[in-house]
Amino acid sequence: MTSTTEPVEPLSVEQLSETTLLRFATAGSVDDGKSTLVGRLLHDSKSILTDQLEAVERASASRGQEAPDLALLTDGLRAEREQGITIDVAYRYFATPRRRFILADTPGHVQYTRNMVTGASTAELTVILVDARNGVVEQTRRHAAIAALLRVPHVVLAVNKMDLVGYREPVFAAIAEEFTAYATELGVPEVTAIPISALAGDNVVEPSAVMDWYGGPTVLEHLETVPVSHDLAHCHARLPVQYVIRPQTTEHPDYRGYAGQIAAGTFRVGDPVTVLPSGRTSKVSGIDVLGDPVDAAWTPQSVTLLLEDDIDVSRGDLIVPTKDAPATSQDVEATVCHVADAPLTVGHRVLIKHGTRTVKAIVKDIPARLTLDDLSLHPHPGQLVANDIGRVKIRTAEPLPADSYADSRRTGSFILIDPSDGTTLTAGMVGESFAAPEPVKDAADDDGWDF
Amino acid sequence: MTTTVAAVEEGTAGPYALSHLDALESEAVHIFREVAGEFERPVILFSGGKDSIVMLHLALKAFAPAAVPFSLLHVDTGHNFPEVLEYRDRAVERHGLRLHVASVQDYIDRGVLRERPDGTRNPLQTLPLTEKIQAERFDAVFGGGRRDEEKARAKERVFSLRDEFSQWDPRRQRPELWNLYNGRHAPGEHVRVFPLSNWTELDVWQYIAREGIELPAIYYAHEREVFARAGMWLTAGEWGGPKEGETVEKRRVRYRTVGDMSCTGAVDSDADSIEKVIAEIAASRLTERGATRADDKMSEAAMEDRKREGYF
Repeated sequence: MTSTTEPVEPLSVEQLSETTLLRFATAGSVDDGKSTLVGRLLHDSKSILTDQLEAVERASASRGQEAPDLALLTDGLRAEREQGITIDVAYRYFATPRRRFILADTPGHVQYTRNMVTGASTAELTVILVDARNGVVEQTRRHAAIAALLRVPHVVLAVNKMDLVGYREPVFAAIAEEFTAYATELGVPEVTAIPISALAGDNVVEPSAVMDWYGGPTVLEHLETVPVSHDLAHCHARLPVQYVIRPQTTEHPDYRGYAGQIAAGTFRVGDPVTVLPSGRTSKVSGIDVLGDPVDAAWTPQSVTLLLEDDIDVSRGDLIVPTKDAPATSQDVEATVCHVADAPLTVGHRVLIKHGTRTVKAIVKDIPARLTLDDLSLHPHPGQLVANDIGRVKIRTAEPLPADSYADSRRTGSFILIDPSDGTTLTAGMVGESFAAPEPVKDAADDDGWDF
Repeated sequence: MTTTVAAVEEGTAGPYALSHLDALESEAVHIFREVAGEFERPVILFSGGKDSIVMLHLALKAFAPAAVPFSLLHVDTGHNFPEVLEYRDRAVERHGLRLHVASVQDYIDRGVLRERPDGTRNPLQTLPLTEKIQAERFDAVFGGGRRDEEKARAKERVFSLRDEFSQWDPRRQRPELWNLYNGRHAPGEHVRVFPLSNWTELDVWQYIAREGIELPAIYYAHEREVFARAGMWLTAGEWGGPKEGETVEKRRVRYRTVGDMSCTGAVDSDADSIEKVIAEIAASRLTERGATRADDKMSEAAMEDRKREGYF
């Protein structure tokens, strides 16, 4: 198989180091060709090496299969291979000279909402596959809804199996139009539709020789060029304090630094800041990036902030610009995806982990459960079971400085934890659920849902 | 500081994009600090191999200018490369760290473990490791495992809960959402933590080059007395090689991974500098484990089975 991505000459250390990193996730149902697409991306970017291919060939042959089964590359566990099922998300890595990729490979069938939520939570791009013969189906709408809920900045619609519809443009155009309209309604900011055949290799890595009517990028070209940084000038700066660094050595007798990963925005030396939830104020007197002083730092850098005043700051606090502080509240309203097998019920006592802070909380109300297929609402379902998406109201034991998830994926997200055994119960997103410019009308929308 | 700024200015994706190495470094540092903030007795598994050396380097940066708030734990198979043990002891000395050693030889001498017929001691490491974790009551154990190494590891979480027997149950893993790591565990349980989860072999080498990190010399091409066994070049020595019918020869080789002498093979190589090593890896068609690790070839699920038992 040929590839445009293999370097002709080895790249220098400098060239290799200057690439950027894109985290993306795939979403697809069982037969839409997701494994083939993932396999082709990995293979053509030289990420499947000889010994791995040989292992797959050996295993396939021992099962009596004639051709190597590329699913064996991705099904890493004994139970998965034995039962031919996929358990949970796997992470895969590949690189081109332009960019490094982390792919959250989410299984299409079992327990799939929580898996896609898990994969999409760290993704900057989601590839949603559809079968060109079937067009936009229920599954496709679910995938779009989850991408919108998780506010994945870029969505790629890969219209697969174009070879089975005669590579005809009208088929692609109709699917792309229907999907884009639906996704835009949900508030997905950017949709890129690409007609592909993962099996034949059209428009995955190589441009298609038979779809000359298509002038856009291949899947890989798009992955390589989509922007990974955002306009930080307008972002609220946020630093959840992870750890206080106090060397107490003769060399650094008075050093007291607040270490953390900048969750959003930019901090500059001289910025007036407020520490939440206490509300104490000070000024940034210095910023260290892993031991070296800088004038400014931004997300997602791990830094240490130094403040002018010796005020009480500890793990769990949030440092924010004084002029741009979030409200703190003990009442959190959020859209959640329940990820545990045991249900979440009203009255449930839980722990909420928000940023670096973990506090006690109680589930006060579950006003609605959402059906992703048609976005209809079931008011007061009483509980959420595994894979359910719904609205919850939570009362916390201490005030939390939470942003709306729409403004900040990091400081607007939280997890609920079972205090008895530590199970991760629920993924939460503070505030409104969808970023739709216009309300999505629905017959069952009578319970105060804000889409 | 200059590396970060330079990467931003020369990058192709906007003024605030980090280079992939800066992004991976920042994520790993975040993981180290989460553990420091949430656990009582963390420890770093340190073998003197490149991944654990990079882990220690990241930990030093994460807490600078203060000292690393973790001790080190080495599982000594008794078949280690002398260069690696020297490196280990120098690192401990230089950074003023505390080193714990779990010794496989000790278990064999006491009759608790028995030498395997094939001579490899890798599977024998699990018991000394897990007993040491229990005895010292470590609650977070950093490992240098990367998800690109092996397909069972591709399923591993960054925070991986182990029961009181150190067992891994892939079906009972907690979903990991955003960067909100859940470190809750019951007494007796511990969490394995993998800050290099998202790094590949090439990333590790690029980072070593960028940061100018010193490695044991066996990672670079050198003349060595080796013999062929199971398609690999093994170092001749008192540990049990060569056997009858195996002949020692002098070859120019280097190591891609460093583990037990009995199961870690060398590769033919002329790469005697970091630039040449990176070029060689970028062009290689073999994974590091496929090329040089006998223990992973034992069965299709060899790694998964060892991980379930408590291996790292």
